[in-house]
Amino acid sequence: MQKMLLLGVEAIGQAAIDAGISAVFAYPGTPSTEITEYVQASREARDNKVVASWTANEKTAMEATLGVSYVGKRAMACMKHVGLNVAADAFVNAGVTGANGGLLVVSADDPSMHSSQNEQDSRFFGKFAMIPTLEPSNQQEAYDMVFYGLELSEKLHTPVLLRITTRLAHSRAGVVRKPSREHNEIRLPDDPKQFILLPAIARKRYKGLLANQAHFINESETSGYNRYIDGSDHSLGIIASGIAYNYLLENFADRELPYPVLKINQYPVSRTLLAKLEKECETILVLEEGAPVIEEMLKGYLSKNLNVKGRLDGTVPRDGELNPNVVARAMGLEDTYGQDVPGLVVGRPPSMCMGCGHIDTYNALNSAMEKYSKGRVFSDIGCYTLGALAPFNAINSCVDMGASITMAKGAADVGFSPSIAVIGDSTFTHSGMTGLLDVVNCNSNVTIIINDNSTTGMTGGQKSAATGKIEDICRGIGIPEERIRVITPLKKNHDENVQVLLEELQRDEPSVIISRRECIQTLNKRMRQRAAAKAKEAEQQKASQQ
Amino acid sequence: MKKDIILAGVGGQGILSIAACIGLAAVDNGLFLKQAEVHGMSQRGGAVQSNLRLSDKEIASDLIPYGQADLIISVEPLESLRYLPWLRRDGWLITSSNAFVNIPNYPDKEALKAEIKKIKNHIFIDAEAIAKELGSVRSANMVMLGAAAPFLEMPFDEIEKAIAKLFGNKGEAVVELNQKAMKAGYEFSNRAVAGE
Ligand SMILES: Cc1ncc(C[n+]2csc(CCOP(=O)(O)OP(=O)(O)O)c2C)c(N)n1
Repeated sequence: MQKMLLLGVEAIGQAAIDAGISAVFAYPGTPSTEITEYVQASREARDNKVVASWTANEKTAMEATLGVSYVGKRAMACMKHVGLNVAADAFVNAGVTGANGGLLVVSADDPSMHSSQNEQDSRFFGKFAMIPTLEPSNQQEAYDMVFYGLELSEKLHTPVLLRITTRLAHSRAGVVRKPSREHNEIRLPDDPKQFILLPAIARKRYKGLLANQAHFINESETSGYNRYIDGSDHSLGIIASGIAYNYLLENFADRELPYPVLKINQYPVSRTLLAKLEKECETILVLEEGAPVIEEMLKGYLSKNLNVKGRLDGTVPRDGELNPNVVARAMGLEDTYGQDVPGLVVGRPPSMCMGCGHIDTYNALNSAMEKYSKGRVFSDIGCYTLGALAPFNAINSCVDMGASITMAKGAADVGFSPSIAVIGDSTFTHSGMTGLLDVVNCNSNVTIIINDNSTTGMTGGQKSAATGKIEDICRGIGIPEERIRVITPLKKNHDENVQVLLEELQRDEPSVIISRRECIQTLNKRMRQRAAAKAKEAEQQKASQQ
Repeated sequence: MKKDIILAGVGGQGILSIAACIGLAAVDNGLFLKQAEVHGMSQRGGAVQSNLRLSDKEIASDLIPYGQADLIISVEPLESLRYLPWLRRDGWLITSSNAFVNIPNYPDKEALKAEIKKIKNHIFIDAEAIAKELGSVRSANMVMLGAAAPFLEMPFDEIEKAIAKLFGNKGEAVVELNQKAMKAGYEFSNRAVAGE
């Protein structure tokens, strides 16, 4: 079969198309975004009528895939790790309903927080929901595991979690495709009550889930994704999960390890293989990308005898992603560090693009805030979070999507005034609207600035669910017409915009200021596409005239 | 054969087009490849890098270990120095001299140049000037690709072919311009090495 050079995320997108998935639902988030983008751009997917849509947030994505599974077709929900927090209610309960058509949830973790607020490990969520979790160690496995995960899902009637991390997501390697599979026909669950989690039914289903655990472990033991590779030196046994295995191999020139290795890519972890390692080796070193999930399980808190090393005892750093050098140090191997970075090399943090509307919004806000004390601006997640950095220093919080409005509300409700929220358009429809309803219902004295650049900017310009709807949403939720102000963040409008902000800050009722100007990146892209289309048209005209 | 390469630059400078050309040429030559990229937050004007690994044997890690990069190819001088812990002792540092100043505390450019000149094996090239002379500053990345070409252990015409493949859908003129830019960089490095 054909070999393709694919990023890990692209391999998952291609596999979804090849494995007969009928729908992909997702909310963008690094490092998961390109899975859905890949399916959206695929002609094959279009020809096969694969649905690939952005949703308002991860919870709605998760629920939509559950609906697809209910009618017997295959579906996949994609999100970044913190997105799984948002989807958690649906995700955990889907463990209890179980699946009908194959249901795969892809959660992309970001250890070292390259583009995230935390480095939580999605394997905990797999364990929490008590469903099988797959963790590929390379791009080919990522591809194959989409097929396997969906088969497992249909065989054991369970959702399956596919956990990847940044390096695998955004690294390219050769991937061999499998023959494509047809989509499922619509076929409702055999048990018409499977998806009704009334307590009486839920209790039964939960017992079923508990009983299924033995099958999940059995799958981990027989699928071939967890492997015991023997070595001659039993003074040390190594458990390497996911991509940690690659970093381990990298440290041995001929790829031949002296120690026994247990390569783990599937959870719940096989007990037989663990017992074998425990029996044969004096010490066990656990290498895992992310949190010490396996290590904690082995160590427990009371075990005295078992000598387990890893992130918990400092053999491996407790935080941050792994790499070949971290693994080398953990094993006491030679450090290959090159030359030091010269002292004059300074950091270059990300910054807002030249010409970005957020810059003008923050300049206006900073001017308007001059007469007030500092620390009053609750913000949110998106490109506009970069307003926290110099020279703006304009915002005072960024916690989770939607938290700006609600944190400002809490502060306002206990007498903090003025209390300001700054939120992006996509973030507003993701999780800000419900907070706005709280604000309206309590008549909380909050001034909300919605930075509407008409796209999901930070993740690369995906369509924003909010576009063209913000005024209607605010009106519908109950903000009076006069308290919805629209400004255009441009240098030339600075004074006027400051005036509008001051007016709304002085009122003691909720108000919304929509600061609207198209993202400079999407604008440029649109212009380039238009120019290209024009050039093509001209060429065709010329050709037809000849 | 193995080549471990770190590509460096600032988000938005398009280092991935260089990686894509080398990658295409490598895969057409039957080599294994792994290429780790940076997507997301840093792409907004921050420091970005890509780890490109080529080998005739299967590659384990997506990331290059310290001290093992054969080449650092940087489209920006400050960025070129950020990855020195990864460079082999006898590795080459190939960098454009064109500073991209988007931070208030950008170091003194002469001091920066002096640091780069301290590296035993280095190429310091005004890629933008060369590209401009050939017709478009936008092909500066291809000048950088060319400047790295003598160290890639890959036939020159394979790299030319990769450019044709990568830019094919943009028309003949774009392909030719980029190939010319690549050749100019190639010749610059060859002269620089011979002159030493
Ligand atoms: C729960 C969750 N999902 C996704 C993300 C990833 N994410 C960070 S910012 C952002 C986009 C925000 O878009 P918008 O609010 O329109 O602001 P912009 O970046 O366009 O300024 C996304 C999707 C996240 N941090 N948390």
